[in-house]
Amino acid sequence: MRAPRSRLTFSGRSSGADRLFEYGVLAIALSTLVLVWGLVLQMAIDAQPSFDRFGPGFIIGTQWNPNTEIFGALPFIFGTLLTSGLAILIGVPLSIGIAVYLSELAPPWVREPLSFVVELLAAVPSVIYGLWAMYALRPFIAHSVEPFFMSFLGWTPLFQGNAVGLDKFTAGVILAIMIIPTVASVSKETMRAVPDSQREAALSLGATRYETTRIAVLSYARSGIFGACILGLGRALGETMAVTMTIGNANKISWSLLDPGQTMSSLIANDWGEAQGIQLSALIEIGLVLFIVALVVNLFARLMVGRIMKAVPTTGGGL
Amino acid sequence: MNTFAYRRMKNRLASFAALACVIIALIPLVYILFMVVKTGAPAISWGFLTNRTVGTGGPGEGIGNAILGTLLLVFYATLMGLPIGLLTGIYVSEYGNNKVGYTVRFFNDLLANFPSIVIGLLAYALVVNLLQFGFSLFAGSVALAIIMIPIVSNTTEEALRMVPNSLREGALALGVPRWKTVLKVILVNGKSGVITGALLSVARIAGETAPLLLTAFYSSYWSSSLSEPVASLPLTIFRNYNSPSKELLQQAWGAALVLILIVLSINIGVRLFLRNRTVKRKVVKNWKQRLSLRT
Amino acid sequence: MSEQKASEIRTTEEKVVMPHRGGNSLILVVGALIVVVVVIAAIFATGVLSGGTKESVTLTGAGATFPMPLILKWADEYYNSTNHKVKINYGGGGSGAGITQIKDKHVEFAGSDAPLSATDSSTYGLLHIPETLGPIVVAYNEPSVVNLKLDGPTLAKIFMKNITAWNDAAISALNPGVTLPTDQITVVVRSDSSGTTFAFSGYLAAISTEFQTLYGQGKSVSWKEAIGASGNPGVAQTVLTTSHSIGYIELSYAKKNNIQFALLKNHDGNFITASSETASAAAAAGSASLPAGNGDWSHVSILDAPGATSYPITTFTYILVYKELYNDQSKMNKTAAKALVDFVWWAVHDQGQSFSSGLYYAPLPASVVSLNEATLNSITYNGVALR
Repeated sequence: MRAPRSRLTFSGRSSGADRLFEYGVLAIALSTLVLVWGLVLQMAIDAQPSFDRFGPGFIIGTQWNPNTEIFGALPFIFGTLLTSGLAILIGVPLSIGIAVYLSELAPPWVREPLSFVVELLAAVPSVIYGLWAMYALRPFIAHSVEPFFMSFLGWTPLFQGNAVGLDKFTAGVILAIMIIPTVASVSKETMRAVPDSQREAALSLGATRYETTRIAVLSYARSGIFGACILGLGRALGETMAVTMTIGNANKISWSLLDPGQTMSSLIANDWGEAQGIQLSALIEIGLVLFIVALVVNLFARLMVGRIMKAVPTTGGGL
Repeated sequence: MNTFAYRRMKNRLASFAALACVIIALIPLVYILFMVVKTGAPAISWGFLTNRTVGTGGPGEGIGNAILGTLLLVFYATLMGLPIGLLTGIYVSEYGNNKVGYTVRFFNDLLANFPSIVIGLLAYALVVNLLQFGFSLFAGSVALAIIMIPIVSNTTEEALRMVPNSLREGALALGVPRWKTVLKVILVNGKSGVITGALLSVARIAGETAPLLLTAFYSSYWSSSLSEPVASLPLTIFRNYNSPSKELLQQAWGAALVLILIVLSINIGVRLFLRNRTVKRKVVKNWKQRLSLRT
Repeated sequence: MSEQKASEIRTTEEKVVMPHRGGNSLILVVGALIVVVVVIAAIFATGVLSGGTKESVTLTGAGATFPMPLILKWADEYYNSTNHKVKINYGGGGSGAGITQIKDKHVEFAGSDAPLSATDSSTYGLLHIPETLGPIVVAYNEPSVVNLKLDGPTLAKIFMKNITAWNDAAISALNPGVTLPTDQITVVVRSDSSGTTFAFSGYLAAISTEFQTLYGQGKSVSWKEAIGASGNPGVAQTVLTTSHSIGYIELSYAKKNNIQFALLKNHDGNFITASSETASAAAAAGSASLPAGNGDWSHVSILDAPGATSYPITTFTYILVYKELYNDQSKMNKTAAKALVDFVWWAVHDQGQSFSSGLYYAPLPASVVSLNEATLNSITYNGVALR
């Protein structure tokens, strides 16, 4: 939630020291522009050979073969979408539940510390998530969760193969855990921004707490919650370490969640050291694709969240 | 079937479900902390913290040089990234009510959107390749600094925005020059928010692994030279997490424990010591409340 | 309505920053100072801990995880024997990474089980120095099956997923009297560009024309359905933690971590257990005809070697260094260059080779040591030989 912008403007003569300071600070601030331009330019230049060779077909190319020097991004876009999709599927309902609890149901003395603890989940470094996923989550998933799903969903293409635990399923689950703090805290904030008049109106009509939340809060905060999910998606897209450590590293397209896969970021982490020439160029092109996708997603999310947060509550907001 | 009893049951179920969500989300957190402490603690000893990582899994190895490496990486990254982020945040908050300011903020958001692995890739292209620094502490620090800048900039901007205008007006009324206002009045008053942001960004980059893979690379020695590769806690975890050697895996867990202690103590410490002093104003809604408050 | 409890009265919180009064921040400043002091102390301490001499040399290498246990052992021993003057980092990463990094001159030496291609050899001026050799074993995780026996064609079929279950007829035929489980085989391979993969796929390609046609030899292979792990340690640990799995790793990793591995039928038809001795047997014939250090090594292979006790999947592993160690991009000064040459000399002679069998590698045959000596003697710095 942004504090209202300072409307203060200084007029009149500014002293030399003032001007020096202002321009000095401006210069430093502009350096970040230079930095970003430099980085993006570097990426574009380095990706150029790959773009020249493979063209737009790179996005739908299914092979990643350093021996024949044919590279395509589809297996990794696919892996990214599947794991992020699973993360959203598992993480969003949990996050909304948490947000509802923290915003509507928790007694005031519990709210602050509990919010803080949930946000602490975001502070744990990704590589430690991966380590834990390897030795605690993976056995649980391979021995209990996957066989459970296989028993009644084994006929679907999503659950073919062996329950080994180093696959897109585990990667999706660890991603879900990692996006919970983001989605939950932003959702909670948007729900808290819903004016009390909405809740009171529903309550005065005799609604239960649950109905009030559903009718008054969730529908009012709808776009903000949606924005929170997209923010979580943005986080999931760029996540590298925990995914690399759990996804099984197979550069192939496979619909089964029980099969190993590869995301764009985990591919970069894997191939970085050994890639050179056209492979390095293709890798950077994948980095560019990843950056653009993450950017679009995040901008879209901010738009949605910004809309609800900026909304000034007016009296008698429509029922 | 919309009887009140049915609705009340749904209400209870929903409340229970929401609470269940919270508990389910807390399970991984508790489990991770528990497991890191339980598996990592046996590794910790004075020798473990002061010996270097040799890599053979023999006795007498430790993560001392990894701890030093992380401290050095964070130190140099902060040296480079903090001033830039701070000044950028100051600019956007105090002087940035114009097109330039909006552009700067937009570009900072752009920077924050780079996945950290891509930042690493670009730092590799620029510092390791182009500038011919090779695998080095410097390259790793640059990558981390780039990640740090937008975080510090955003939190600084937020913190300074929260400083009430009355202070700015007061200083102006007293004839204090703008630059002095910014430095001595606004920055000082927004100090806790700014320091919070800085410390949280430090905690964040201390745990970053991806950008360091091919910048800081690997070292099994004590090294503080900017042009040599350096060990670090996250990389020690990543290099050893899938090792069949019990000793090396133990190093990974021990490093995880040290890292999580550093990160969590910064996060919790910031929260405990730097809370913005808030003023709670009771908003009284009607005359009945006013009466009941009186008694 | 009934009276409301005071606690139910909604309060609005206005976050207002109270004017500066001091106090709390003191803790922070003190904390920050402590950290800065610690860091600065550490920076100076490293000078003391690392022997305090400014003449210390740091050499960084990357590449094959096949010889990594041995190279790390050498690094540690050499560090002690030079009184902490020469520090050798070896970051692993796989043969592919080693080759890429030495081509880009980001490391002073590289390790690779796969020789350079003919074009690379002539383009880059890199020398091949075989520093050790060893067997690649077929590790598996099936505790009920002890002493699994496999042969080349069956192995190829397993990795091509033509054989998918442990109790497949082909495997039973090789293991009479053994009850094989019905479980599906999970194949574990290298996710990174690997010299170990190069040797292993080379063997499969030599043994099975189907494998040669569909997959071929390479540092990266597009395996049909397999889990990828990073480095030899990664494959070893993945096999250890995945039931019913099978993978290929260097012997050292299997022995040090008690991972089961199969007996393989060799060229002469005998089932051989991988060991330092059986690897030496395999290398004996092939060692006689190696090219010069600066030559083309792309066809060097001791796979599927003849001999009664030869282990069929044995490979040399190479240290790659530049013949001319001075260049504008390199940070190597003359001291460092000399240190590098001296280290490799130490490693390929008895001082280094004495550690081989303890780590389950095979010591270099005398002919290879002589070859390496000639190669090392040819290394120059600014045109002047270093030895």
